Amino acid sequence: MGAVKQKTRAGSALPEVVETPSRFRNPIGKYVVRRSSGCVSCGLCATLCPYGVHLRYENYSMPIRPRDYRCIGFKCEANDFFCVKRCPQHALSLSLNPILETLGDHRWPAEMLMGHWYMAEAGNVPFVDLEYSLGYSNGGFDKIRFRTPDPKDRVETPDQEIDTSIDLNKRRDGRPERTLSIPCYGGGMSFGSTALSVMVGRARAAQKLNSLTCTGEGGYPGQLVPYRENVITQIATGLFGVTEETILYAPVVEFKYAQGAKPGLGGHLLGDKVTAEVAKIRETVVGSALFSPFPFHSVYSVEDHKKHVDWVKEINPRALVSIKVSTPTDADMVAVGSYYAGAHIIHFDGGYGGTGAAPDIAKKNIAMPIEYAIPKVHRFLVAEGLRDKVCLIASGGIRNAMDVAKAIALGADGVVIGTAELVALECNRCANCESGRGCARGIATTDPELSCMISEQWAEQRLVNMYLAWRKQWCELLRQYGLNSLKDLVGRSDLLVHLDYLDDEERGKYQPTPNKKMVL
Amino acid sequence: MPKKYHIHTRIADPRFTPVGKYSTVEFREDCAGSCHDCVKKSCVYGVFKDNFLHASNMEQPEYLYICKGCYRCVQECTKGIFSMSINPEYRTLGDDYWTPDIIITTWAQSHTGKIPVTGAGYRGRFVGEGFDSMWTDMSEIVRPTRDGIHGREYINTMVELSRRPARLRFNQDMSLDMDLPPILEIPMPVMFQQPDFGVLSETVLLSMARAAAVLGIFMFVKAREYSPAIAGFASSIVPCLTRDNFRQHADMIRASRMIELAYEPGIEAEFTWLRAHRPELAICVGLPLDARAARIAVELARSDVDAIHFYGSDTGREVGAGSPRYLKDMIREVHLALVDQHIRDKVNLVFSGGIAMAEHMAKSLFCGADAIAIDIPLLLALECRLCYKCKEGKPCPVKLEDVELKWATQRIVNLLGAWHNQLIEVMGACGIREARRLRGEVGRSLWFEDLEKESFGPIFGARKVAGIG
Repeated sequence: MGAVKQKTRAGSALPEVVETPSRFRNPIGKYVVRRSSGCVSCGLCATLCPYGVHLRYENYSMPIRPRDYRCIGFKCEANDFFCVKRCPQHALSLSLNPILETLGDHRWPAEMLMGHWYMAEAGNVPFVDLEYSLGYSNGGFDKIRFRTPDPKDRVETPDQEIDTSIDLNKRRDGRPERTLSIPCYGGGMSFGSTALSVMVGRARAAQKLNSLTCTGEGGYPGQLVPYRENVITQIATGLFGVTEETILYAPVVEFKYAQGAKPGLGGHLLGDKVTAEVAKIRETVVGSALFSPFPFHSVYSVEDHKKHVDWVKEINPRALVSIKVSTPTDADMVAVGSYYAGAHIIHFDGGYGGTGAAPDIAKKNIAMPIEYAIPKVHRFLVAEGLRDKVCLIASGGIRNAMDVAKAIALGADGVVIGTAELVALECNRCANCESGRGCARGIATTDPELSCMISEQWAEQRLVNMYLAWRKQWCELLRQYGLNSLKDLVGRSDLLVHLDYLDDEERGKYQPTPNKKMVL
Repeated sequence: MPKKYHIHTRIADPRFTPVGKYSTVEFREDCAGSCHDCVKKSCVYGVFKDNFLHASNMEQPEYLYICKGCYRCVQECTKGIFSMSINPEYRTLGDDYWTPDIIITTWAQSHTGKIPVTGAGYRGRFVGEGFDSMWTDMSEIVRPTRDGIHGREYINTMVELSRRPARLRFNQDMSLDMDLPPILEIPMPVMFQQPDFGVLSETVLLSMARAAAVLGIFMFVKAREYSPAIAGFASSIVPCLTRDNFRQHADMIRASRMIELAYEPGIEAEFTWLRAHRPELAICVGLPLDARAARIAVELARSDVDAIHFYGSDTGREVGAGSPRYLKDMIREVHLALVDQHIRDKVNLVFSGGIAMAEHMAKSLFCGADAIAIDIPLLLALECRLCYKCKEGKPCPVKLEDVELKWATQRIVNLLGAWHNQLIEVMGACGIREARRLRGEVGRSLWFEDLEKESFGPIFGARKVAGIG
């Protein structure tokens, strides 16, 4: 994969794609290619396969286990270079990987996970037939499609000419204009919930991509300071690690009222997770459990909320203020109230997202999915004449590039990404972030051994690659509708269809909803 | 406020290794044999610590209960000899309604008393049938208490089971000119009922009754199972009697705080005798949750019944209908029929059948129930696998008949402890601190049909697909 340097229309250079393979020696693929003992190591397969499944080195003559995650599967049978057919010893076999059944869930099926692993490796969309844009959830984004485009509308604008940027400050209140090159930034994951190398890697990726990442509630580790122009300081209900200094670092300060995974509930950091380092940064005592209450105990009204916002604005005159809330039934009123309190960004976090540990009952049942909240809030802001004055950010269950585009077409300016970033770092959503020593894959853990599994550089480049792969998908989508800027897609719900709202005949024209029943 | 209600949970280890979801597949013929980097040694969860000899002993593979599916063995083995599959036994757990996921989550709650917590967001479908097509609301600012949901200003989950007078009558001097019916309360909106199947040995039933007593709630027990041992917990037992036999069970009536009579037309006539003999007794009428439920509820509510107990199917549906409706819709129908007649406040509605998770309890209340009754989760707490072998007279794979009373009681108490905490979580998010205020509080819930209409209607028009699609 050659290095590709692009410059966007917005002027900022996009980072390069650098191939960043899996940390594990056996990446999981959709297909399994097995080499039997009949192989005589003739090397024919290595010369045949254009996808790099079979490797052979000049100075090593023994057969090497195929890199089967790169295999395009049974559709290769039609090709002249189909290794299974051409092998003179009939030593190769191809099958669907039975492990797929055990991997993933309705929202992130195995193919979506593998698709993102590949994007993070190669910075491009997979050539293997993976369904990385639709899950098996049978609703929401998985039932929304972009309307079949009219071929006449298509434009051939090159990727670097297409504008995927978003403006965070629309208030024109004299505070800095801040433009991100991609319509995404990283969600808050606190110090202690993820490995420090992951946190720093995310910040480095944000710097390269001209985007942002967020500290979460656990404080501001010193290692993030060099990247402070790309790090949001989060002020959550426990006010852990919030100091004048960390507020002054931040280009954007985020007030977290609630989070989608556990709306209306507080946080609880177990005593044994409060290590000396965590205690220092949170200004607490080693070994004592820490509670983040719900909600802010100094806020009983929108006027109290305004005092909060004013306080931050007073401390840091160049900071933009973001308000992160969940998706209650009155989300629209919350948005308007937050705007009048002085927020630049209103961030709705829907119920189906979240990266950290949360009660199952909260994740599934409390507050509405983000798909419903976006159009509701967007319409209300338009009706109130405020839509052009505030940046509307959505998160919580936005999994892939097409989900981002759908969220924008429903009315958001941009989105916040959490889970997909972790998936780029090879999270497999086993959901055991909290058990034992933490994440066995070295992502959401501070275990001294496990957290060494990831380097900052690796994390940074995987994230850069994934977002560049996403950008390619957005550019292709925009070209189909004759658009040159993602800003022109905001609120274009006329470009969307929902399968349940179409006649049978019309519905037949769109990709059906994958509706596989999974064993959870 | 009443004394703070707290359920004391304590670890109650499983007697049998619970069925795990994953099993590893090893292609051992490809194993390097002498590899110093064997992934089995480095498993973060120690899965292979006691589980490495089964292959050399030519035994059946052991299924890995404690495997968390991190796939590191699959991805790190130098020879790539590992793969994963779903434990075939896991697939056999339960059925389409009582899914393996529900069963193992119930086991875990009974084991630890802790609420189920996982990372990485929600994993299920966008929307589902029945209770899965509604969400509960939350509030950004309104909080039920100042110091958290487990703080001093705690959330009260107590509900009443006794009838309420429609109005109060006063004398000229403003003293009360009427006798108020006695108040019967339970500290959380759950009761137990005897399951229809299962190995219902005396110890099993006794553990349920004892857990009910520990928790301060009631258990519905059929008269024929009302043994002298069960009678030891009489104040926590609701004997289920009929018009024909209740006069023969005067001892039960004397010992109980509430009894249940099976519904038949004109059953109200029997209340007079009961009220005369035991004025402080609460009377519940039990009937199937069928198409007549709402009509009968209105009739009964006009009498001086205290509670009405509706028995739904084991899968949370209406009974006796060709295309049965969901419990959610049935509760709405019965609740609203009483609201329409302005008699909802007089009586208490208890629903049972298919209540499988704590969220079903909370959502039942939002739909209009005062309390719910559970049966199958009690068996699950005792490690039942819902294999239904007992229905065919075959032996129980987890030997339910051998359970030890103290252990079994603790398992049930643990389960309810976890459910109670989950109810509090939902109420805390909602900003409601009285379980009685949850009843029929649809304004604090979100419904699929409404959300689709409100959010998607203006964009996509009218839905062309019935139901959830």
